Amino acid sequence: MVALLWTLALLDAAVLAYFLIRSLVNGRGPVRWLRENVILIIAVLSFEYLLLPNIVVVLFSFNQPNGRFNYTWTRFSLHAWQHPCDAAGMCSSLGLSLKIGLVATLAATVLGTLIAFALGRHRFRGRASTNLLIFMPMATPEVVMGSSLLTLFLSLKIPLGTTAILIAHVMFCLSFVVVTVKARIASMDPRLEQAAADLYATETQAFLRVTLPLVAPGIAAGALLAFSLSFDDYIITNFNATTGSITFPMYIWGAAQRGTPVQINVIGTLMFVIAVLAVLVGQTLGRRRRV
Amino acid sequence: MSAPAPDTVAGLPGGAGPPVAETPRSHRGRWTPYLLLFPGVAWLLVFFVVPMAFLASQSLQQGSIETGYSVTWHIQTYGDALSAYSSQFIRSLVYAATATGLALLIGYPLAYAIAFKVGRWKNVLLVLVIAPFFTSFLIRTLAWQTILSTQGPVYSIVNHTGLLAVLKWVHLVNSDQLLSTPFAVIMGLTYNFLPFMTLPLYASLERIDMRLLEAGNDLYASPFTAFRKVTWPLSMPGVVAGTLLTFIPAAGDYINSKLLGNPDTTMIGQVIDGEFLRVLDYPTAAALSFTLMVTIVIIVVAYIRRAGTEELV
Amino acid sequence: MTDASTEQVRSEPVSGRAAAGKATAAHGGGDLQMRSLTKRFGTFTAVDDLDLVIPQGSFFALLGPSGCGKTTTLRMVAGLEEPTAGTISIGAEDITATRPYKRPVNTVFQSYALFPHLDIFENVAFGLRRRGSKNIKQQVNEALELVELAQMGRRKPGQLSGGQQQRVALARAIVNRPSVLLLDEPLGALDLKLRRQMQIELKRIQTEVGLTFVHVTHDQEEAMTMADTIAVMNQGRIEQMGGPTDLYENPTTTFVANFLGQSNLVRAKVTSRGSDVLEVEAEGQAFTLPARRSFSDSDEIWFGVRPEKLSIGQGDAAEGLRGVITDTSFIGVSTQYLVRLPWGQEITAVRQNDGAPILRPGEQVTLTWDPRHAFALDASQDAHAGEDFGEGELLGSKG
Repeated sequence: MVALLWTLALLDAAVLAYFLIRSLVNGRGPVRWLRENVILIIAVLSFEYLLLPNIVVVLFSFNQPNGRFNYTWTRFSLHAWQHPCDAAGMCSSLGLSLKIGLVATLAATVLGTLIAFALGRHRFRGRASTNLLIFMPMATPEVVMGSSLLTLFLSLKIPLGTTAILIAHVMFCLSFVVVTVKARIASMDPRLEQAAADLYATETQAFLRVTLPLVAPGIAAGALLAFSLSFDDYIITNFNATTGSITFPMYIWGAAQRGTPVQINVIGTLMFVIAVLAVLVGQTLGRRRRV
Repeated sequence: MSAPAPDTVAGLPGGAGPPVAETPRSHRGRWTPYLLLFPGVAWLLVFFVVPMAFLASQSLQQGSIETGYSVTWHIQTYGDALSAYSSQFIRSLVYAATATGLALLIGYPLAYAIAFKVGRWKNVLLVLVIAPFFTSFLIRTLAWQTILSTQGPVYSIVNHTGLLAVLKWVHLVNSDQLLSTPFAVIMGLTYNFLPFMTLPLYASLERIDMRLLEAGNDLYASPFTAFRKVTWPLSMPGVVAGTLLTFIPAAGDYINSKLLGNPDTTMIGQVIDGEFLRVLDYPTAAALSFTLMVTIVIIVVAYIRRAGTEELV
Repeated sequence: MTDASTEQVRSEPVSGRAAAGKATAAHGGGDLQMRSLTKRFGTFTAVDDLDLVIPQGSFFALLGPSGCGKTTTLRMVAGLEEPTAGTISIGAEDITATRPYKRPVNTVFQSYALFPHLDIFENVAFGLRRRGSKNIKQQVNEALELVELAQMGRRKPGQLSGGQQQRVALARAIVNRPSVLLLDEPLGALDLKLRRQMQIELKRIQTEVGLTFVHVTHDQEEAMTMADTIAVMNQGRIEQMGGPTDLYENPTTTFVANFLGQSNLVRAKVTSRGSDVLEVEAEGQAFTLPARRSFSDSDEIWFGVRPEKLSIGQGDAAEGLRGVITDTSFIGVSTQYLVRLPWGQEITAVRQNDGAPILRPGEQVTLTWDPRHAFALDASQDAHAGEDFGEGELLGSKG
């Protein structure tokens, strides 16, 4: 691990040195080269900053640590990949997170898409206040949302646990779905719907055959966003959970105190790979549709 | 925590979305929009707005879990809570503001490079900005423990270049390590919320007409003046959106301070969490939470006024 | 051009109508009639008590500057806008309250509004599928052949050029054989050369299919090239309606005189009204014009002559107006001169480049014209009405 970081640092230095020397050879001067490429240099370093932890997560999924904590590189092993559910309680928490994520995504996507259509396609009294209501959850720290929901549930004697978590997740995912879908609707030419009506499509037909297919990428993006928000949430979830409803992030939090099994890196790696693939496939499909 | 997809960003405060399209004909009925709004808005009212009222009410109650609580308008709870935890409160705002500033410094060149410098690699790089965020927030934060460890090259470089001494001098590091220091917490916050800064910046930069930038370069003597007079003002919506989307979650976050910091880096979120879930002092916890909310709202409103972007969402 | 030819062109709408006899529109069809049609947006009246009959099978143009109400009129016919008052009917059928998708009317939208997620074939087939037509494949292919895009069926709209997209939009509307085809600035997004080409194409297709075309445009040349009948709209009302030559040669208002081409208008007083000839006096000089080309009952008139009707002579002449050239613009086929008259007014004269030397600013000239080409308009109107519009504004305007 240490070796990897050193390699990366040396690689950066080598690439930089190469370009500086080349600029000397070209006779254009290293200072000028630096000035012209300063933005790209910062961008490359920023990407390393952003991606370094992911590289570490992937590498350490092949580690076999000595102690309970998977922080220092010991030796290569495929054990965690072969036995992903060996870490006690991890797979059940993962299952719960997936379940909550799917249900919350479904609900938030449906409710959010309806609101987005109302805001994007209709004029009505109360637009401004609706926009504010949508914006507020995004401008509220999670700890405030989590704790206020907790006071609600405690005061009304509503039991905490999976249902409470679901309610919370739908609530904070909703706004993100609305803005994503709304942006897509706003970028759509309203004349397309008029053209459909002009070409003998009833309101329902125009919606199903023109509007929905065109807004679908936005809905998909909103759903993906909602799922990743829900799946990854710790703070709000923690306020409304019980010991019987440990989600995956809560499991990791606990592991950070007791000892981190290598298996969480396996899951982290899988999530990364699946998500990148999903985005790439989505983009390819999107490109094919556009042309 | 996940980063919003680029699509989203267009609708956030940075996005100057086109005006609402005229509805083809009014015969769809005046009630249609309300029917569409009802379920979602009701959900937000019941599970976002009403809980805020409960939170406010809880902060004015006295009692205990065993005997139950009743509203006594005991304002003193606020005074006690704030005087007890003022350092954590101020620390949260300072850390969040610092992380926001750093994220802007890093995110702006990054967004600029993606928007203007990489040509057809644009989409791939955008995916790379978002991609890390599909691996759990917590797992990635834990990875920093490995990266910043005293055996790693980051530590060696920082130590040998004298940066460690500088960090000590500004009290960002208070021992001979990088982990468990304010530096690590701020670095973690910056890292975790960088995409929230980068994506709105990218969205507003990308929308700028290249011809305006060329005209700017043509009219002003130095590239810096051209940037200051043309690019920067035009990217202002993205700057406002990005800083808000970074500052707000950073101010309430406590995962970074817990996993990368020490007891002296405790942030207010950690205190609220502890008061609610371990100390079980609900009024104090609610008072702190409510104060945080109000503080954030005041900061956001003042900031938006100042930045001149009234257009939300 | 003589008056005789003017008379001839007046009969053009009739010949357009004759062509319609061959047409086989799917719907019963009939004339498109608007009665007292009014549309208000708040306090703004976009269309003001409009009465208009568009004969079946004609190529009709609604011409006017942006904001004159022409697009609103079109959208009301399409059913995309609800009239505040008045009725719209096709033949005997009142369609005022008919939903857009039930009207035998199709539109070619300004930006084409092709469905980006459907290929060209499916775009054209869209209306047929909604109505459950038979032989969809054959009909679509025929429509694509008509617009010469038979090979493009499986492409997506994004892969076509602007001109091709325009033709797809046309095919998508025509394939339904509507009683009335509405064209909303259909050529506005095309460059000049393509626009000319499409104008000829549109005209050809209209003659071929024999549908009623209602064409909204702010481009006077486009309207004159294509339409048999033009209605010039201004501030929600129709200023004047007629065949292209009729409108050009006999403008009845200053708006039409200035909006369609250019006009030189000089303030004058009627001194005698004969049955054939009107005698007028302007700035101390006496002129005449045919009595039927006077569109004013008042004695205060604008005395008008089109720039290309003026002959420019050098030296003294008994008749005509003397002046000094202040500006010379060489256009190619012609040269346009600004001539300052003794009382300070500047008027425009256009001369074909027939080989005569081009005159320089400062030269003394005498302007003469055939009195039969002069006309008189009511002096209570603004002499500059309709001047600021025309070709200046091009893309994206909505009437």
